[in-house]
Amino acid sequence: MTQISVTVNGTTHTADVEPRTLLVYFLREHLDLTGTNVGCDTSSCGTCTVHVDGEAVKSCTMLAVQADGREVTTIEAMAAADGTMHPLQDAFHRNHGLQCGYCTPGMIMAAASYLRENPSPTEEEIRGSLEGNLCRCTGYQNIVASIIDAAGVMAGKG
Amino acid sequence: MATTEQYIGQRLLRKEDAKLLAGEGSYIDNQSMAGMVWMALVRPPFVHATIEAVDTAAAAAMPGVVAAYSAADLQGEWAAGLPMVWPNTEDIKVPTHYPLAADKVRFAGDAVAVVVAATREQAEDAAEAVSVRASALPAVIDLEDAASDRVVIHEDLGTNKVTHWSHGGAGDQNVFDTAPVIVQERYTQPRLIPNAIEARGCLAYGSPAAGEFTLVSATQIPHIARVGHSIATGIPQNKLRIIAPDVGGGFGSKLNVYAEEALALALARKLNRPVKWIETRSENYVATIHGRGTLHDCTLAGTEDGKILGMKFVELADMGAYFQLLTPGIPELGGWVYMGPYDIQAYWYEYTGVMTNATPTDAYRGAGRPEATFVVERLVDAFARRIGMDPVELRRKNLHPPFTEATASICGLSVDSGNYEPALDRAIELADYAQFRKEQTARRANGDGKQIGIGVSSYIEMCGLAPSNILGALRYVAGGWDGAEIECRPFGKVVVRTGTSPHGQGHETAWAQIVADGLGVTPDDVEVLHGDTSVSRIGMDTYGSRSVSVGGEALRRAVEKVREKARKIAAHELEVSEDDLEWTDGAFRVKGAPDKARTIPDIATSAWHAHALPADVEPVLEGTAVFDPPNFTWPGGTHICVVEVDTDTGKTDIVRYVAVDDCGNVINPMIVDGQVHGGVAQGIAEALYEEAIYDESGNLASGNMTQYLVPSATEIPAMLLDRTVTPSTTNGLGVKGIGEAGTIAAPPAVVNAVIDAVSHLGVTHVAKPATPERVWRAIQDAKAKGSPEATPGSQGGAA
Amino acid sequence: MIPAPFDYVRVGSIDEAIAALSADADAKVLAGGHSLLPAMRLRLARPSTLVDIGRLSDLSYTREDGDAIAIGALTRHHDVANSEALQAGCPIVPFAAAQIGDPAVRHVGTIGGSVAHGDPAGDLPTVLLALDASFVLTGAGGATRTVDAGSFFTGLFETALAPNEILTEIRVPKTSGGWSFLKFNRRAQDWAMVGVAAVQMNGGVHVGLTNMGLTPLRATGVEEAVGGGADPATAAARAADGTAPPDDAFGSAEYRRALVQVLVRRSLQEAMG
Repeated sequence: MTQISVTVNGTTHTADVEPRTLLVYFLREHLDLTGTNVGCDTSSCGTCTVHVDGEAVKSCTMLAVQADGREVTTIEAMAAADGTMHPLQDAFHRNHGLQCGYCTPGMIMAAASYLRENPSPTEEEIRGSLEGNLCRCTGYQNIVASIIDAAGVMAGKG
Repeated sequence: MATTEQYIGQRLLRKEDAKLLAGEGSYIDNQSMAGMVWMALVRPPFVHATIEAVDTAAAAAMPGVVAAYSAADLQGEWAAGLPMVWPNTEDIKVPTHYPLAADKVRFAGDAVAVVVAATREQAEDAAEAVSVRASALPAVIDLEDAASDRVVIHEDLGTNKVTHWSHGGAGDQNVFDTAPVIVQERYTQPRLIPNAIEARGCLAYGSPAAGEFTLVSATQIPHIARVGHSIATGIPQNKLRIIAPDVGGGFGSKLNVYAEEALALALARKLNRPVKWIETRSENYVATIHGRGTLHDCTLAGTEDGKILGMKFVELADMGAYFQLLTPGIPELGGWVYMGPYDIQAYWYEYTGVMTNATPTDAYRGAGRPEATFVVERLVDAFARRIGMDPVELRRKNLHPPFTEATASICGLSVDSGNYEPALDRAIELADYAQFRKEQTARRANGDGKQIGIGVSSYIEMCGLAPSNILGALRYVAGGWDGAEIECRPFGKVVVRTGTSPHGQGHETAWAQIVADGLGVTPDDVEVLHGDTSVSRIGMDTYGSRSVSVGGEALRRAVEKVREKARKIAAHELEVSEDDLEWTDGAFRVKGAPDKARTIPDIATSAWHAHALPADVEPVLEGTAVFDPPNFTWPGGTHICVVEVDTDTGKTDIVRYVAVDDCGNVINPMIVDGQVHGGVAQGIAEALYEEAIYDESGNLASGNMTQYLVPSATEIPAMLLDRTVTPSTTNGLGVKGIGEAGTIAAPPAVVNAVIDAVSHLGVTHVAKPATPERVWRAIQDAKAKGSPEATPGSQGGAA
Repeated sequence: MIPAPFDYVRVGSIDEAIAALSADADAKVLAGGHSLLPAMRLRLARPSTLVDIGRLSDLSYTREDGDAIAIGALTRHHDVANSEALQAGCPIVPFAAAQIGDPAVRHVGTIGGSVAHGDPAGDLPTVLLALDASFVLTGAGGATRTVDAGSFFTGLFETALAPNEILTEIRVPKTSGGWSFLKFNRRAQDWAMVGVAAVQMNGGVHVGLTNMGLTPLRATGVEEAVGGGADPATAAARAADGTAPPDDAFGSAEYRRALVQVLVRRSLQEAMG
């Protein structure tokens, strides 16, 4: 067992974990943050995307011990404290950017990270930024529309 | 609250979204219980082998391990094998199929032992420690190889050719010998892996003392699974509850009664502990059903001027190593649409189901109809090329004339309604067909390294599964009805219990729209419950584009029953006769005195406190309906794909994709569009990216998501959608269903486009998926043969 | 799937890392982990110890150093892709880094991990080979040695790194001539089926090939032909000479040989155009 201390959604958690514990299972099973889903075992699908120190990473391809001392943000912390949805969550709702919802947390976290790097992307750039996030329901059309929409809303706020 | 707003047809945002966007979905891996243990399966690295010994002792001694069992240890748990419910012919040969293999491993997903441990990690470690001694046998994966019976997979059956079903034909079969133009083609369609982004999983628990058990499973079919698992485990129907929580996509892959679910139930019973199993993606690729896997010999009989006289198809279909729930019936589901939307005089279809050493096949989005539509639309294009006719013109010439009432079809069934040409016209318009033909001509003329291709796919599908009497005639053992219950609670809130089991399709929203219109309330007032056999008692679940046309219609009828009862109460309270009331503006109103009215919330409250009900009316305003459709529904449409093919590398880029579908009336256009987007993306994936690839030894080479190419947003293009509307005559809503149109229509549109792009080089065929290498090789082969003298495929004419 | 159990050592210095590696013959270095962890999850790799060098933050940098640009081995692909020093001084490197995996992978995966993994399908090894990059390896007692890219990649997933050595720096020359990096794959997130890096330097064109053999390769025949004055199409006809590409269900050797000629032709046109 290795002791780690990870700040997740603003709260610091100290825990003893097996070194082989993947970050996603630390979040899901030690902290009960089950909003982050798992879709593959080869780092391909992006379902498990979370932010580590503000950037999108695949939490199934990072050991919990690698996140020691770092700040992790998950889908559970995207809405404001009063429950108001993040502009991306709201845009996914308004644009029907989700169907079964399983890939959605990963999509939103990937998009949030990308919009931080590129606040006013083209459609092609958005599609490129989602190369590592797979969805089987939406054909991506409304996911891309949602992100374009959210980028506009976020720029308006900025 | 009472309202007069009309909700059907509106783009209403989904009620489902809030919790999913917040990360609060109830997916199976988010569920756990006190005392829960983890199950892992032992799937030895063989595709065909005789099992000599399975030793679980070392695994049983590992940390955290609760139990480890081989097939023999659990044989007493089973009342029967895993069910297959579509023995489609009288002489079908049905292999024995228990959750664990005892004598032989017959495919890579065949488990021989199971371990149960305190944690996920311990279960996985222990599964590795089970020692399996087995001697490998030759494996058969290729369909013709398997059909030769060189290797027989189930010795007791004596052959791999386990079922042969013939449609029997219709019309003058002589045309296939005598027609002026005979086109013969052979098309293979590889296996596909469904890839719901959530793999499977389940959690079983209960009380052995009471004999009551619950299975929570990522399933599309809680009601059917209750029957199936009751048969397999012996837990009586009335003691078994199945819950489908939020389910992360299905596409047919969760339309089954799976070994792991039965094992979890049996082990929960045996160990008296909640037992959880979560499938890994690598497991999913071998243990969850595959789709497609076919070889078609096709004949088209036609005239020189482009009239299709008849089409004939003889198919070998890959069943895999066992039958799953519906396996032998899947090709047959396509067996009724081999005429496409065309008016033809002769029809023939037959298929032989062949066992192979691969994962069982079953319903994958479209189930039989994509396989059929692909070969029909490839064949129609081959005919157009043969006679040098524009493929749009040829299709137009052969489309069935419009009809608004159910009409007998050459396929032998009655088609509910159809009007195909408007969709073709609109697709041509949206696709800029004439402009791209010009562009194609120009690029061909200057030998451009990137060539334009245009592919057309006109289709018809058979949805709304299904009229029970027809299912019975086809030897399917269950019915095709569905149910709905409405309970109007006091002060205006309504609870619906639907027998459909949505997993992304938005029934909670669309069903609320249906009820809101019928009862004069808002969709927000309507809560739709589903996915739990103890909550929605009567159901047949979600698959086959059936939910709205069967379950939605059941709901519409339940609404009518509620209104019938409400009318009695309203008449009583308003002191008029029922005939003096009319339902207008969201309330029962006295004719000529519309201010004298009772809304459903008023009446629901009266029916609840029941202080002064009419003598013959029971308390509580509720209504239940079960709808058995008199016919299937038959959507149709045309998709057009424009591609650019790099003739040096063979790589295809989609330049434009147009889908014009006719799914009858539409409840929620936003949801319908979403279904088309997703289906088309899967269809494009089928056409260009995805295939299960096996090595010479029969191992799945494309065994994970790095090798099986599910495309991303970078590969899938934006799509242009539109609709035509020909209401169905099968149900009162006039709806036809839209869940599978994309996977049915898209693959031939895309592959036809790829071939069209390089047809001037002499290419007439590229296998699916049209990978860069296949396209490149087709070009090389055509070059080696020499350029064709005339280029029949150069369809330069305007549509 | 979950990796098999292993011991975990997080080191605070190169010396500690070398010591940990020396103590366990089956130990592996963990940098970003984006090559190693997927293999461990599938239990295709089962190191007994992971030596986590991820906290050696002084190994994450890109900086000019005379005629070269030095890149710390723990510089993430994302940072390589966005490095102003590289964009100005050796732009093919950040261009190629931006095409590795996907954004989330690039936020964690490192250039050193990618190079040390020795995968012939990797993007950066080919680019670095074409650039005649050099690799600084640090061993026991802090002793360093420098190995040219041409000598570093010794076989399939094999490199000149000794078991108790760590790759600490990558040095690439500043380039001012034309360049091209073409990656042919079916999905954007995939490894290259074939890739080509072409760079005008030292009065000629250097051409590196991805996934055309057991290691990244130089297309020496092409380079000679260009040096001899051949046009891109003529020179590219030699692109497959001496290669031994994979021949599998995902791409035949014949196709890859044809493809590499097309890609080399295009990359020469782009680099020399």
